[in-house]
Amino acid sequence: MAKKEQDLQQVVENAIAEQKVPHVKFKGIDPKNIDVDRLTKPSKETRQEWWGRGLTFLAIILIGMLIVAIIGFVGMHGLATFIDNKVNIFHFLFSTDWNPGAGKNHVGAAAMIVTSFAVTLLAALIATPFSIAVALFMTEYESGKRVQLLQSVMELLVGIPSVVYGFIGLMVVVPAVRTIFGGTGFGILTATLILFVMVLPTITSLTVDAFKAIPKDLRKSSSALGATKWQTIYHVVLRAACSRIMTAIIFGMARAFGEALAVQMAIGNAVLMPYNLVSPAATLTSQLTSQMGNTVMGTLPNNALWSLALLLLIMSLVFNFLVHLIGKKS
Amino acid sequence: MTNVMEAKNVKLKYGNFEALHGISLAFPAQKLTALIGPSGCGKSTFLRCLNRMNDDIDDIKITGEILLEGKDIYHSHIDLVALRKKVGMVFQQPTPFPFSVFDNVAYGLRIAGVKDKELIEQRVEESLKQAAIWNETKDNLQRNALAFSGGQQQRICIARALAIRPEVVLLDEPTSALDPISSSEIEETLMALKQKYTFIMVTHNLQQASRVSDQVAFLMNGELIESGSTQEMFLSPKKEITNNYLNGRFG
Ligand SMILES: Nc1ncnc2c1ncn2[C@@H]1O[C@H](COP(=O)(O)OP(=O)(O)O)[C@@H](O)[C@H]1O
Ligand SMILES: [Mg+2]
Repeated sequence: MAKKEQDLQQVVENAIAEQKVPHVKFKGIDPKNIDVDRLTKPSKETRQEWWGRGLTFLAIILIGMLIVAIIGFVGMHGLATFIDNKVNIFHFLFSTDWNPGAGKNHVGAAAMIVTSFAVTLLAALIATPFSIAVALFMTEYESGKRVQLLQSVMELLVGIPSVVYGFIGLMVVVPAVRTIFGGTGFGILTATLILFVMVLPTITSLTVDAFKAIPKDLRKSSSALGATKWQTIYHVVLRAACSRIMTAIIFGMARAFGEALAVQMAIGNAVLMPYNLVSPAATLTSQLTSQMGNTVMGTLPNNALWSLALLLLIMSLVFNFLVHLIGKKS
Repeated sequence: MTNVMEAKNVKLKYGNFEALHGISLAFPAQKLTALIGPSGCGKSTFLRCLNRMNDDIDDIKITGEILLEGKDIYHSHIDLVALRKKVGMVFQQPTPFPFSVFDNVAYGLRIAGVKDKELIEQRVEESLKQAAIWNETKDNLQRNALAFSGGQQQRICIARALAIRPEVVLLDEPTSALDPISSSEIEETLMALKQKYTFIMVTHNLQQASRVSDQVAFLMNGELIESGSTQEMFLSPKKEITNNYLNGRFG
């Protein structure tokens, strides 16, 4: 400490000696008055910085551990089907025979996989044009009160719990589909119609952001070149927002793919390969929610459900990956 | 000397605020007119009147006449699209569309329904040459226009405006966002193009106005104080206030 103190005083003295332009304040510094301890010890702010950093790291490590634990847990149980119960993974992916209680040759998830993708793609397909139209209305054609109203409606739609969507689906859409198409009213079409409403606000609000991110000057430049409003929208706005619209659609699809409750209430929960849109079917999520109370931990039927969960987890990773891929490309 | 455009007693109100108090000014063909004046005096507002870019603004009221080849552009029979094909515009910030250079320059033609590929290609090349950006873009016409430097982007924007062969090109401080070298390149480009087009340029830079313009109009507080040939204006302005402004006593 004493050495450090001397060093510091030396530095100050040297500086004063070398000082070319006499500077009043500098001369006034008396090396003896310098509180070396205070200067060489970490300040209060520095210690706060350490604390802040420490807490942040701690939180990150905890969350990281949690994520690893979730993935590890789902992975372990999900893979047990194939490792412990010796289910053939190709059989799992491509067979439509789902009856895990009957043994390892009856664990085929293909029907649910196909149904999950069917409802997801159909819901996104129907929702996208509506979302783009609403987003265009909100950004290009309207401003002020009506936009705010639409915005609130969209936020409201996001906030409605999925059980309410499912309930409405069950009470309104199922009977309607039954009356129009016959059958039970449960099935992919019904689930799609419910999911369409559920993903609409997601896709719309992200598309609105995409349009808003396009500089006003681009629109002005376009109209200054003699473009009509619609030409500007079609050739500049949509084109420039294309990759972000794709991202919006993928976020919507991720939501549809992962939605369980509302789908379960409307799809009929019959693990069958869907050959039409109005017969009962089951998605990965609906099968999970409807069956998880009926199996015993550690048995094949339980492990088989874990495998479905693992598949869902992998799909959400794929959706994320796609979003990143599109983000990088543009 | 014929006048391509002529503004007659143009008044403009943003709501209750009158930004232009009756401006009358003629724009001779194949000349560059510089609009100068302190900031907020209405230069951009006036310029935007000339291709009706103000039309979208809510609660705006424009009176007076602006004649393009003898016809009032605010007359109800005038088609906005047709007007903007005759009166092009280049903005302060370079505003290339986020797609290829070729598509940028071809934009106006395609919008106008030109399908002929050869004509488009030929126009794109010509326009890029006119805007003196051909050498830098000819080998990467498919590259995204945003990948070019600010000065290059601005010249791509000039090429884009020229591609539809307008009569008049409006420029709103086209070099103020650029570095001095890019600015002087743009100035040279404009000088070379004066034979073909009529330019009306807002500029903050008095030296630039003296270098490139043939006619100068000095605006202040929404009023046209004085206009005349560049030489007259810089050497012997009629009004004291013009003299003060041009000599940097305020602004
Ligand atoms: N869209 C607008 N709404 C209301 N007032 C405006 C608008 N645009 C410009 N103004 C006002 O009009 C005046 C002239 O502006 P502007 O033409 O941009 O000046 P300059 O280009 O000479 O700097 C300014 O007082 C400005 O505040
Ligand atoms: Mg301006």
